[in-house]
Amino acid sequence: MAENATVWEVFIQSKNGLAHKHAGNVHADDKVMALENARELYTRRNEGSCIWVVKSEHITSSEAEDSEAFFDPSNDKMYRHPTFYTMPEGSKHI
Amino acid sequence: MSSLFTYTLRIADSSLILGQRMSEWCSKGPTLEEDIALSNISLDMFGQANGFYHYAAQLDGTKSADDLAFLRNEREFFNHQLVEQENGNFGTTIVRSFLHDVFNFLFYTQLANSKDETLSALASKSLKEVKYHFRHSSNWLVRLGDGTAESNAKTQVALEELWMYTGELFEMDALDTELLNLGVAVDNSALKSEWDKMVNNTLAKAKLTRPEDAYMATGGKKGLHTEYLGFILSEMQFLQRAYPDAKW
Repeated sequence: MAENATVWEVFIQSKNGLAHKHAGNVHADDKVMALENARELYTRRNEGSCIWVVKSEHITSSEAEDSEAFFDPSNDKMYRHPTFYTMPEGSKHI
Repeated sequence: MSSLFTYTLRIADSSLILGQRMSEWCSKGPTLEEDIALSNISLDMFGQANGFYHYAAQLDGTKSADDLAFLRNEREFFNHQLVEQENGNFGTTIVRSFLHDVFNFLFYTQLANSKDETLSALASKSLKEVKYHFRHSSNWLVRLGDGTAESNAKTQVALEELWMYTGELFEMDALDTELLNLGVAVDNSALKSEWDKMVNNTLAKAKLTRPEDAYMATGGKKGLHTEYLGFILSEMQFLQRAYPDAKW
């Protein structure tokens, strides 16, 4: 693996049906190696049922300076939160 | 010593010695990720060895699994000579693992059908790990062989150096045959054609040339070893030898 190996972001699904969660990143030269490295680093203690790896360069992030414009307007819009509904009993992962 | 005890010990010894060799990479791996991968595989090998040593200890009745690992001398170890060979460069380690992983995969697949229930259970458990080990070593072999001119040359040299230790994997001695007739042991010689097929397939992908079958080393099963095993044991067994029964 070269000094300037590509960085890949790792997402782990802990159980079938749940969303993949960001776990961290690994270095690797190709996608097969990225998947294997992710398996070695992030699933040693039985954490997952599925792994995704994505080249970090393919992730577009919002900038810290944009956070006001992006997120503040939702603060005063209570009606966007589904707090006015009663949750059906027994529903999970909502 | 019962035949079953010796047979179990042979399997355990190959796992232990290869595990010990792989553990020498810990903190010296080519990258952080690969360092952890090699150490993880080493721990898998120790786990497999542990299972077989416990069974051997149970069959023996007087020795513990630790006694078997730490208090036997070189001539009492029955591992394949392949696994005691030096780590060399990263390519050498990968070639050694690859040649052994293919064998282990085929061997455990057959041992899982053993009439001995414990051997069969240990084999099934090990098989999942071995499939991953094969995946790891064969992927690397292709990357190195089909990589740069330098990586290809180094891997080809390693292949030629280690080839003479592959003949032993398929040997059958009187003890193997005795247990094979009872439905307990694996017919190693029958694994050869599938091993050839899998090895040739990966070597072709890796653009490596399969060496000619010339002189093949032998003796591991009888406790005869290359110069390296003594050094491995002296490092591995030092603590138990210097401080017998030391506890954490």
